[in-house]
Amino acid sequence: MSSKKLRRKLLMTALGWAVALVISFPALWLVLTSFKTETEAISRIPHILFRATLENYVAVQERTTYFHFAGNSVIVAIGSTILALALAIPCAYAMAFMPTKRTRDTLLWMLSTKMMPSVGVLVPIYLIFREMNLLDTRTGLLLINALLNLPIIVWMLYTFFKEVPREVLEAARMDGASPLRELYDLLLPLAMPGIVSTSLLAIILAWNEAFWSLTLTAAKAAPLTAFVASFSSPEGLFYSKLSAASTMAIAPIVILGWLSQKQLVRGLTFGAVK
Amino acid sequence: MTASSIQPENDVSWRDTVAQSALRLPAIVSLFIWSIVPLLMTIWFSFRRYNLMEPERTGFDGVGNYRYLLSDPSLTSAIGNTVLLVCSVLVITIGLGTLLAVLYDQEFFGRGIARVLVLAPFFIMPTVSALLWKNMMMHPDYGFLAFLMRSVGLKPVDWFAVAPLTSIIIIVSWQWLPFAVLTLLTAVQSLDSERKEAARMDGANAFNIFRYILLPHLERAISATVMIETIFLLGIFAEIYVTTSGGPGFASTNLSFLIYRYALLEYDIGGASVAGLVAIVLANILAFFLMRSFARNLDV
Repeated sequence: MSSKKLRRKLLMTALGWAVALVISFPALWLVLTSFKTETEAISRIPHILFRATLENYVAVQERTTYFHFAGNSVIVAIGSTILALALAIPCAYAMAFMPTKRTRDTLLWMLSTKMMPSVGVLVPIYLIFREMNLLDTRTGLLLINALLNLPIIVWMLYTFFKEVPREVLEAARMDGASPLRELYDLLLPLAMPGIVSTSLLAIILAWNEAFWSLTLTAAKAAPLTAFVASFSSPEGLFYSKLSAASTMAIAPIVILGWLSQKQLVRGLTFGAVK
Repeated sequence: MTASSIQPENDVSWRDTVAQSALRLPAIVSLFIWSIVPLLMTIWFSFRRYNLMEPERTGFDGVGNYRYLLSDPSLTSAIGNTVLLVCSVLVITIGLGTLLAVLYDQEFFGRGIARVLVLAPFFIMPTVSALLWKNMMMHPDYGFLAFLMRSVGLKPVDWFAVAPLTSIIIIVSWQWLPFAVLTLLTAVQSLDSERKEAARMDGANAFNIFRYILLPHLERAISATVMIETIFLLGIFAEIYVTTSGGPGFASTNLSFLIYRYALLEYDIGGASVAGLVAIVLANILAFFLMRSFARNLDV
């Protein structure tokens, strides 16, 4: 490597890392604080060097019902993803392999339903939930998340299914396979990587969903997004315990997110950016 | 299967249609119900006298809710705050995002890990981001920013009291910058290097390559990013709920938070419904323009 090229690379390294550290600083600080004692956490001169302690993690689990809320998050995120997939897979399959004149319009209509701001329908959903005893239930929140993510899931599956060569499916049909056989025996295995990344995105979105969690749930069905928000009241404010609870709430999803970043772009931009 | 082979042709296609509809309809019907029924109910409630605290006062109210709400100065300020929030965050994230996408396209040591660090904020749930900024970054006593300001001899700022909306814009931009970097970086990487090389051979400098080759190439990714961010930014709620609760006064109340205030704090269903319709109309005006440019770029 010529020295000019190396100098450029070193400069970029410095710049790239400096920017990355500034942007991620608040998140790193949160994780760091979770290992401090409460006195260190609110010290006016921040401690960079300190003896790491796990007591906050222990305290969060002893003093709060952390696992109850974590369980709610898991059930809602995974349950809503399974429900949405069950609705979306047949639909995306039909659209990708048996398109009609209306398929394009249907897809764009699905996209347009995402333009409806959730808050515009807060009142009716709240009242319907109250009427049907769904307020503060995991079932209710699970349903909402499945519907919220359904358009994105149909879109993502559609773009993945389109990439499966048609010839494979047509050959099977010639051999007398029914559409359902075709779907289960051929398409699903072939499109499995796409289905997995679609599921990961749906789980991430449902895990981090906050609007409906905050408005429709309370102590019983609240997921982690709402549990963490309960720390915002002044009396509940302990910095390092808040940090420990937050770190536990975000860790699984940050890891999933890193694993699926490429698919995330594709899914969230409805296939416009690949 | 054997029976169908002796059926007339049109009967087979009819059966196909049924089978296909059976595959499509569950998703389409549930989305249809989800998008239409609550909307119709919102419209219906907007014309009714309806407060959960005063169940005896019911009935048709004509445009009463509309007259009441449209003359309420908090609505105008909420619309203003919503537009300001959405536009500022879009400008910050797309502007910085484009620059950072170019930066993280360069080769350097440890680029993979640096990229991962930049992406982290996007995966952090909104309530955690908001609490983290409120307590550990922007707090006037214990916040890291206060420490920085004190150490250069300045007086720490009480961010949420002095500049509530700006503080929220900072938090939301921090959350959405990684998304812009990620989409734009993906797009930058899909530009073939031969075109850049050819331009460089022809004597184009870095700025010209950026302006005349890269930016046009990014157009589609930028339009997609603007659309997706707008969808989410119009509905910003948790960040306000956790930090300022819309205050002081209505200084940081956007439409989402205003509707929440009407519906679940004041139990005024009629008023909340009118505000909900305003939010839907605003979203649709934006959607009309965004979807037009987006649909053109789409290969369906």
